[in-house]
Parts: sequence; structure tokens; C-alpha cells
Amino acid sequence: MIADGAGEDEEKWLAAGAAAFKQNAFYMQRAIDSNNLKDALKYSAQMLSELRTSKLSPHKYYDLYMRAFDELRKLEIFFMEETRRGCSVIELYELVQHAGNILPRLYLLCTAGSVYIKTKEAPAKEILKDLVEMCRGIQHPLRGLFLRSYLAQISRDKLPDIGSEYEGDADTVTDAVEFVLLNFTEMNKLWVRMQHQGPARDKEKREKERSELRDLVGKNLHVLSQLEGVDLDMYRDTVLPRVLEQIVNCRDEIAQYYLMDCIIQVFPDEYHLQTLDVLLGACPQLQPSVDIMTVLSRLMERLSSYAALNTEVLPYFLQVEAFSKLNNAIGKVIEAQEDMPILSAVTLYSSLLKFTLHVHPDRLDYADQVLGSCIKQLSGKGKIHDTRATKELVTLLSAPLEKYNDVVIALKLTNYPLVLDYLDSENKRVMATVIIRSIMKNKTIIATAEKVEALLELIKGLINDLDEPQGLEVDEDDFEEEQNSVARLIHMLYSDDPEEMFKIISVLKNHFLTGGPKRLKFTIPPLVVSALKLIRRLPEEGDNPFGKEASVSATKIFQFLNQIIEALPSAPSPDLAFRLYLQCAEAANKCDEEPIAYEFFTQAYILYEEEISDSKAQVTALQLIIGTLQRMHVFGVENRDTLTHKAMGYSAKLLKKPDQCRAVYTCSHLFWLEDHETIQDGERVLRCLKRALKIANSAQQMTSAARGSTGSVTLFIEILNKYLYFYEKGIPQVTVESVESMIQLIKNEESLTSDPSAESFFASTLRFMEFQKQKGGVVGDRYEQIKV
Amino acid sequence: MVLVLALGDLHVPHRAADLPPKFKSMLVPGKIQHIICTGNLCIKEIHDYLKTICPDLHIVRGEFDEDARYSETKTLTIGQFKLGLCHGHQVIPWGDLDSLAMLQRQLDVDILVTGHTHQFTAYKHEGGVVINPGSATGAYSSINQDVNPSFVLMDIDGLRVVVYVYELIDGEVKVDKIDFKKASTSTSAP
Repeated sequence: MIADGAGEDEEKWLAAGAAAFKQNAFYMQRAIDSNNLKDALKYSAQMLSELRTSKLSPHKYYDLYMRAFDELRKLEIFFMEETRRGCSVIELYELVQHAGNILPRLYLLCTAGSVYIKTKEAPAKEILKDLVEMCRGIQHPLRGLFLRSYLAQISRDKLPDIGSEYEGDADTVTDAVEFVLLNFTEMNKLWVRMQHQGPARDKEKREKERSELRDLVGKNLHVLSQLEGVDLDMYRDTVLPRVLEQIVNCRDEIAQYYLMDCIIQVFPDEYHLQTLDVLLGACPQLQPSVDIMTVLSRLMERLSSYAALNTEVLPYFLQVEAFSKLNNAIGKVIEAQEDMPILSAVTLYSSLLKFTLHVHPDRLDYADQVLGSCIKQLSGKGKIHDTRATKELVTLLSAPLEKYNDVVIALKLTNYPLVLDYLDSENKRVMATVIIRSIMKNKTIIATAEKVEALLELIKGLINDLDEPQGLEVDEDDFEEEQNSVARLIHMLYSDDPEEMFKIISVLKNHFLTGGPKRLKFTIPPLVVSALKLIRRLPEEGDNPFGKEASVSATKIFQFLNQIIEALPSAPSPDLAFRLYLQCAEAANKCDEEPIAYEFFTQAYILYEEEISDSKAQVTALQLIIGTLQRMHVFGVENRDTLTHKAMGYSAKLLKKPDQCRAVYTCSHLFWLEDHETIQDGERVLRCLKRALKIANSAQQMTSAARGSTGSVTLFIEILNKYLYFYEKGIPQVTVESVESMIQLIKNEESLTSDPSAESFFASTLRFMEFQKQKGGVVGDRYEQIKV
Repeated sequence: MVLVLALGDLHVPHRAADLPPKFKSMLVPGKIQHIICTGNLCIKEIHDYLKTICPDLHIVRGEFDEDARYSETKTLTIGQFKLGLCHGHQVIPWGDLDSLAMLQRQLDVDILVTGHTHQFTAYKHEGGVVINPGSATGAYSSINQDVNPSFVLMDIDGLRVVVYVYELIDGEVKVDKIDFKKASTSTSAP
């Protein structure tokens, strides 16, 4: 309630002050219009008296101040005209000092002083000196700050800078600098004094008010930076030491933080580089409560950008040993501050690392040093609970990846994995994803087992269930996405040298098999493919001087494949394992490894019998078995017979009759391989076809019994096509008569049913036969013999 | 002029990380009217990616596909042509053109598109055309030793289809084209 009351009162006072102000301004204007200097002075003084108030907050005072500023401009123009009309400016300067109260007197003095300088009847520096000294008369912080601010504003364009019209023999930029420094120093003192004004309970309010006024003080530094005459030497020898002296001596936390930051932002980076010693030397002298971390971070950020945009200045960085100076300074600061929050320390090192990467990209040892120092800070603090600190760590770790676009370089930083260890498991996964994304985007190939090992260590968040409480379950979709990205990563782990490649896949195997069952179905298939590709790259047995004793041989890799695939069925991923076994069998086939191929088939068959029970899945599985087996040329008669017999058995046992029929006639291809005369058994081909026909018949019967309608005649047409396939190849057992009787059968069935798709199938089959007939030659003859 | 993209056997992420960048930059959304895919993507991510190139996506099931809802075969009509789509592991012997021709007769289509062998082929016979777009990522195949990434673009115009095959050989995209003309618009013989 009191606060509200104060606010209301303040509004009232401001309104009252403004009203009185306006009235006096009106009279002042009237006096100006009638060239009445005396009255102008009288009313302007009265007007300015409103600024003597202590009742307004800085924000409201500023309002009043701005009005005064505007009015004083008019007065200044009037003064200027008066001097032209013959009034002596020195007299004017005298006259204004007759004002009763000191504050209006000083405002008027500054205004007259401005005119005085413009007439150039005296050196600018003397007038400026006089003014800046006279302003000491106001020691009240708020009023003093605004008064000096007024002085700064009107003197701005009258400083004897190089190239300015006010420069002369007596007036140099040194004098300008002296003036501004003095004004700055006094303003800072006033500003700091505000901290101690008033009761302790209002401290927060005061600090807020101080914050509103800080730019008034900082403006002086801006002015200094914009003076042409303030070159590097002047900055280093005069400006910086004096400003730092004031900053250190004032012992005020708010001022120190703001002004240090101001220096960094306002003066050119080139200057900072050359005065790094001095600047950093001031840091330990500041109050312990100053957030020096942020100041240093911002300094390093500026220097990093400077280096990034101007690569030609990089040698200077080396020259001034910027890195070691910054590193040492940070070390000292952290040492001095026992309770530094983790976030600040990490932010500091993050900025230093970015600096190092931009300025010394070839010095990995520097980057490693930074990481090492960071670890020292983190150790002993236990788990990091501050999420912002964790996020900052992720930024820290991502920086080398972004800079070098090559994970392999990041792998060289020995301290990198140690820093990563400090992340919680969620962020470890985030970091792992960042690393993988970097590899995929830049198409980085990781080519040695050692590097792969190091990489897996970094992304272990995705490979393993870490020791986190079970309560934190990963979202399923996220998990899948992560694991798929790991799968893709595997294709980037590659070496041209087969031995090295084998080492790589062995490393992967070790990690994946201990990664928990949920991950296997994602990680094992790509590993299998890598291994299969490796087999293809192996030199022929004959070329290899070591033969089967070599450290990498096809046999070894097949053993490897067995080991990884057998982990899948219990994952549970039996279908996947089944398919992979068949892939390996084909690979073994190409390598002429009969026992190994047989073993893979055995494993596949076992899985078929024990794990694949869904009828649709069985159909597909059987297609894969027959399709693969059909291509095997490595098997001797006995093995082949066993496997074929089993396949036939499975076919006949499928649940649905049509599926049985199709599987059985497909088996016919197992008995006739084009390019292998030993596997051409016409008798068994025919037997398959006949058996398929029998099943088709019984299927037909069942449909008519169960549904009353006759079933589709499609199966018969399919079988006919198979008959034609083998007939064309000239298999003696598939006779013209058998073909003709099939055709007859179909024609009979067709008359009983009307199935448009079957009809068009039959029609196109007949067209095909006709076309073959037209071909002439051996084929044409055979087809010629068929009577439709 | 209707553009139909035919591709398949990508095997992402088991056998390949992604489509080759040169292919990806060619497959710009909005230029293609239909996509027919022979299967073995294998993950939903690829399905979604294909949908961004063209929303009319037809896909059949390969033996490694994650999504069990894709059908075994599909037929569709584009312009004057009837197209059939099947992954190909169901047709044994794998890659055998006579057996594939039988499937073509059964589906009663002019153009049959299948995959599985990761080997581009375009085969014309009296019943029509059998096209295999190969593997768009050049994925490992136990059937085929030397696989180059490839896909097919068909330009269907009236009774004529021009088949463009794009193959990535030694880092360069090579294009070849084959012309096919259909006899007439009649669908089945009397």
C-alpha cells in the first residue's frame, strides 16, 4: 500500500513540477522573444529550480530533465544571438552565475560555457576544465549525475579532437581525454554513492534505480572510444589505466561489473588484444562478488568473433600469447572464487574453447588443455543438477565437432570422453546423436578399430543401458530413431584393409552383444552385412599366402556371423535371424563352403520349425527357403536331398490348401537347375507338379463342399504354366499329353465357373503359347505339337 | 505425359545409410505423378520420405520390410497402361524371366515391375515388359555381386512408354533409355 501511495504521490509531484516548469518556460520564452536577457535569466533560473527536487525517482527525474534540456537549447540559441548583438560572452558567463541556487546556476553556466566555446574567444580546454570543476558543487548523486550528463551532452561536439575545429596549439586531444576522464570519474563516484544512500531495507530499490542510470556513466566511455585521437597508444597509456584505476578503487560490485563489460563492448577488439595483460590483471582486484565469469566470457566471445572474421590478425594472437594469458587468468579467477557455480565455470571454459578453436585451430593440445581444466573443475562436485550447466556442457562438447567437421579429430582429444562422462544419461544420448549426425553429414569414415573403440565409448549412451534408475524410460519412437541412426553409422566404419576391417567388426560385435536385447534387431543386421561384404573382399584362397591360417579368412568370418546371429532369436527376433541365416548360406555357397552352408540351412530350418508359426509368415519363409535352396550348387547329393525333402515336407504342411499347392509346385524348381546337369531330375519335377495338381483338386472339392460354389480355377492355370515352363525345356517326363490334359481340365472347370481374372489369365497363357509357336525353331516345334 | 518413378530394395538402415546424394537432389517433389516401389525400404522413415516426393505412393512387401501391412502384389492403371507390382522374392527361380512372365500373365498387366535381385533389367516379350529398377541405394545382395545404385523413371504417353534408367557408376549418374510401344488399347484378347 505504501508503495502505491508513493507512486501516486510521485505522479502528483511530477505533475506539479512540470506545471511550474512549463509556466516559467513560457515566461522565459516571452523574455527571449523581447530580447530581455535579464528576464530570460530570471525565468530560466526559476524553471531550472524544479530540478532541485529530491522527490522523484530516476525515471521521473529523467522526464523533467529532458524538458529542461529542450528549453535550454532555446536559451543557448538566444545567448548566441546576444553575443552577436554585441553582448560580451565573458560578461554573459559572469551574469549567469548570479542565479540564486547552485543547481540552476550550474546548468546556466554550462549553457553559457557552450556558447563561450563556440565563440572561440578562449581555448576550449580552459572552459571545459572550469565547467567540470564547478560541477563538483553538486554532490547529490541523482542531481549530480544528470548535471554532469548535461555537461557531457553539450560538450560532445566541442571536444578538441584531432580534425575538430576546436583543435589548436593549446588544445589537443589529450585535453579532451582529460576532460572526459574527469567527468567520468566524478560521475562514477556519484553513482557509487547512491548505493549507500537511504535505509538498508530499500537496497533492492536503490540497486534497480542505479541500474537505470548506468548508461549515463557508460556514455563517457563511448565518447572516449569515438575520439579520433584515441589511438592504441593513447588507449594503452592513458585511457585504460585511468579507467581501470577508477573501477578498481570504487570497490562497488555493480559499477565494476557494468564498466568492465562496457570497456569490452565499446573499445575495438584490436585494442583488447594488445592490452590483454592489463585488462586481465585488473580482474583479480575486483570485488569477489562481481560476476567476472560473464565478463571474461564476453571478452573471449568478442575475441573469437574477431579472429573468425579477420583471419589476417591471427598472428597477433600468437604474438601476444593470448591463449596462455586467458587460460591463466581464468585459472586464477576460479581459484579465487571457492563457491563458483558450476554453470559459470562451464560457461567460462566453453568460451575459452570456442576462442581456442577459432584462433588456434591447429593446436589440438590447447583444446585438450581447456577440456582438462574443465574436468578439474567438475571433479569432486558429483552429479550436475543444474540443467543449464548440462546444456552448456553439451555446447562445449559440440564446438569441436562443428569447427572441424570431422569426428576423427575430436577423437584425438584425450579429455573429450572424460568430459562427456559428466553428462547425465539423457544428455549422453543427446551428445551421441550430435556426434552421429556430424559423421553422417560430413561422410566421415572411421577407419581403424582403435578409433571405432574410442567412438563407441563416446556414444555409449546409445549402445548400452547405462546405470540409470529404471524409472527413466525412453520414448519408443525416440529409441527406434536413435537405434536406426546407430545402424546407419555402422556403414561409415570401414577399412580397406581386410585385417583391420575384421578387427573393426569384432569391436562392434563385443559392444553390441552386451548392449541389451532391445538393441540387437537394429544393430546386428548392418553388422552382418558388413561382415558379408568383407568376405567378398577377401583375396581368393589361392592368392593368400597364409591360406586358412590367415588372421582373416572366410571361415573365421562365418564363425563370427554365427555368433552374432544366434543372439537374435531370443531377442526376440527369430524372423530376422532366419532371414540372415539364409543370406549367410548364399554367401557360403559362393565360397564353396559346403559344411558351413549346410549348418546355416540347419539353423534356418530349426527356426522355421520352432519359431515361425503364423501361417502368412510361413508362406514367405518357405518362399525364401526354396528360393535360396534353388540357387545352391555347393551341396553334395546327400545334403541336398535332406534339405529338399524337408522343404517339400514344410510345403505340404502349410495350413491353407492354395498355399500348399503353390509351395509344392515351386519345389519343382529344386529338381532342375539350368546350368548344373547333376541337378536335373525330370522324374521328381513331374512328381511335384502332379502332387500340386492333386492338392489343387482337393482344394476345389473343399470349396464346393463348404461354400456350395466351385472354387477358383486359377491354381490349375498356374500349374499349367509350370508344365509349359518345363515342357519348353525339353524334359522328357513332361509330355505333350500331360500338357494337353491340363488344358482340357482347365477348359472344363472354366465352363463351370465364371472368374474374369482366371479367364484373362488363361487367355494370356494361350496367347503366350501361340506366340511361342510363331517363334519357330526348336521352341516353335515343341509348341506346334500341342493341340489346344 | 505422366512420370512414374520406380525404385526399391533400399534396405535402409540395414544395408545402406541413405540414398546417394546425387539421387536425392534429382528426386524433387512435385515433378513426379506416381511412385511405385518394389519394397524392402525397410523403415517408416523412408516411406515418409518417398511420400514427400509424391503423395501417390504404391508399395508392395519385401521380405525385410518392417511394415507388415503392405500387400504381396498390386495392380494399377496409368493412362493406357496396366502396371503390376511385386517384390519378387515370391517368384522362384529368383530373377527368372520366364517365371516372372507367368506372374505378368496372371496379373494381366502390360508392365510388370519387380525387384529383389538388385539388378536393373528391362525385358520385352510378347506379353509386355518386365522391369527391375535395381536397388536405389546399391545395397548388398546375396544374389548379385556388383550392385550400382539405380532407379527407373517411366514416361507414359498414350500408347508409348519411355523407360529411363539412372545408374550411379563410379560417382557419376549415367542415364539410358528404352522405348516400348503397346499394340492397341484392347485389354484382353477375345
